[in-house]
Amino acid sequence: MPIKLAGESLNACSGCEISVLDLGEKLLNLLEFVSIVHLPLFMDSKHVRSENGQHTVKLPKADVGLISGSIKTQEHLELACAMRDSCDLIVAFGTCATHGGIPALANSYHNDDLLGYCFNTMGTDKADRFPSDGVPAMMNACHAIDEHIRVDVCLPGCPPHPDHIFRTLQSIEKKESFSLPEKSVCDNCPASRDGKGKVKVLKRAFELPKWQVDDNTKKGFECFLEQGFLCMGPVTRDGCGGDTQKARCIMAQVPCRGCYGPVKKGGNQRLGMLNALASNGIDISSLPETVSMLRFSGGHGLLRPLPRIKESE
Amino acid sequence: MGKVINIQPITRIEGHASIHIQLNDQGDVQATKVAFKSLRGFEKFVQGKPAEELPRIVSRICGICPWMHHIAANKAVDACFNVVVPPAGDLLRELMLTIAHIEDKLLHFFFLAGADFFLGPDYDYSVRNIMGLVKANPELAAKVIKMRHKAKMVLDKFSQKTIHPVVGVPGGFAKPLSIEDRKIFLDNVTELLDFALFAMEYAKKEVFPKFEASYPGLGEITTGFIGTVDHKGALNLYDGNVRLMKSDGTYKEFCPDAYLDHLAEKVVPFSYGKFPYAQSWGEGFSMDLDAPKGIYRSNTLARINVADHIATPRAQAELEEFRDQYGRIAQSTLLYHYARLIEEVYTCERAIEILKDPRIISPKIRARVEPCAGRGVGCVEAPRGTLIHDYSTDENGLITRVNLIVGTTHNLAPINMSVDRAARDLIKNGVYDESILNKIEMAVRAYDP
Repeated sequence: MPIKLAGESLNACSGCEISVLDLGEKLLNLLEFVSIVHLPLFMDSKHVRSENGQHTVKLPKADVGLISGSIKTQEHLELACAMRDSCDLIVAFGTCATHGGIPALANSYHNDDLLGYCFNTMGTDKADRFPSDGVPAMMNACHAIDEHIRVDVCLPGCPPHPDHIFRTLQSIEKKESFSLPEKSVCDNCPASRDGKGKVKVLKRAFELPKWQVDDNTKKGFECFLEQGFLCMGPVTRDGCGGDTQKARCIMAQVPCRGCYGPVKKGGNQRLGMLNALASNGIDISSLPETVSMLRFSGGHGLLRPLPRIKESE
Repeated sequence: MGKVINIQPITRIEGHASIHIQLNDQGDVQATKVAFKSLRGFEKFVQGKPAEELPRIVSRICGICPWMHHIAANKAVDACFNVVVPPAGDLLRELMLTIAHIEDKLLHFFFLAGADFFLGPDYDYSVRNIMGLVKANPELAAKVIKMRHKAKMVLDKFSQKTIHPVVGVPGGFAKPLSIEDRKIFLDNVTELLDFALFAMEYAKKEVFPKFEASYPGLGEITTGFIGTVDHKGALNLYDGNVRLMKSDGTYKEFCPDAYLDHLAEKVVPFSYGKFPYAQSWGEGFSMDLDAPKGIYRSNTLARINVADHIATPRAQAELEEFRDQYGRIAQSTLLYHYARLIEEVYTCERAIEILKDPRIISPKIRARVEPCAGRGVGCVEAPRGTLIHDYSTDENGLITRVNLIVGTTHNLAPINMSVDRAARDLIKNGVYDESILNKIEMAVRAYDP
């Protein structure tokens, strides 16, 4: 019997679901042992609400539930709870679900600042009020799903690599254990390092990196950090290249920005990176800002708005 | 007051939306709303970030069309910093965008919307999808899966990351194209062109002729259109002027950075998505089905309506055949799918043209960049419409202000109107069923999976 799979996408972009399609012809293999019973991007399965207006969404029973996206509205929370109720195993699917993801950058602001800005941009007609008729209420911050429901499997990535999606579902179907890589991106990086710590200040990403292979030493390109570029590889969990590729952004000749989240559960990518830079003698005040170091993992209370200063009476 | 019918969520689309249909006491449609149900706040939370980081942040607006956001952001940052991108960098960006369009149209037509045509709107909902298509027509499904994957993987192999790409950089492109990679691209895109032509013939025979018989006037409304054209008035997805056309065919054409002179956005109480309209028409905003005001549409049908011609031969021949049948300003909502396949032919032909351009293998792909205070508008055609990224920076190159109008947003008012039209035509005396509700959703899927 194929395992039954359900999926819900919360505060997300659908990229994780598209990564399932990126299995390509292997998708046909997947469908031999997975039967999809609910996944709104791919199929016409609706949210069934009972009439009493309580916590009421009912979803089809499934062996495994993939939840992509973080939790930002009451509706996201309702759906996450409904998935927990209807699925035996919950997979936090993608970095928004595991750590908050890019949308958790909004956690640096209060909701009224977000709404006030977005509904008053240049070219927007002045409105009397923000949308409120039937739209789900926003929560105070964008949360990783384990801040609200129990999660059985974490599959980070922005998006998770199709190889890992396949193997995770296969291992669930076969009741086998499967672990994602638990080292850092640097462990799977093809760059060469000499470890001499020459860099004292960091360059901005618009400056040109050196990429050529050295004809004399035949050494590959030099580590971005040793070239003086911020690269989040040391504090980011490996896995973005799936089973066969090396660190993907590095291979595209740009530094890592941290999309698989911290190496260890509960890690803080900003703190880890600042420590690593400082202990290598790099002047961290040369960075224009550091919030972006948490661009993928600002959930779990790591990004917060600055406290409001009360006006003196 | 009568019953409210809720369709939630709208399925087989990207994004989080629902339809609410208010019936009156007689069971006829009184009002319809399509609500977009979340606001992530990109325009606010990118403030203070280094501008060069934005192409790698804003791509997360959409996991289906991340390439378009990535490239529009790069163009906006270039404009803030007054950078001129070397020809090879520009061509590589256009190549990526064009191949991403090839993949997207296959995804939209076959994987998401296609089940309605290939299996039918009355087909059991649990298998009215790509998985059902795999069972019902394994040969076609296997071919479609293979071809979409080919488009996606040729991008992936070269650029390393296709969902939330990273190879576009302010000043150009991060990675040069080798002669070997160019050949791989050419072989793959040539095969994709063959498939695009097959899909076009197949759909002209098996799908499009059924539209009028099976779904007469589904979601049909009369509006203006928006799209990008080159200096000769030809369809262009990567660069050019924006043409804003009224339903009578008259138009204004403008450089993208003048978009605020022509477009404005309305806040509506029932949706987190704002509703753009053509403020330069001076008629205000109204979604009245009989007398709409300021309403224009974006996306495939809009682009082929506003363009005078298409500069590649096979797509031009398809456009002429289309216009012979439906006229220059085609309004029928389901014709978005026909226009989608015409664009599929165009994008394959255009990708081959770009790859044959000798400048594309130059190693000079990236210009030196100096941050400065400035304003830049980056505009490309995303699958679902004219995508506008408008940034301002301070003297240190940090973002101070952002305004975004994304492809789907242009169509929010038209989607509401098309759904309203479909609901009014299909629901009478309170009688409806799952098949009717799916037909109403088909009016959304014409625009926006």
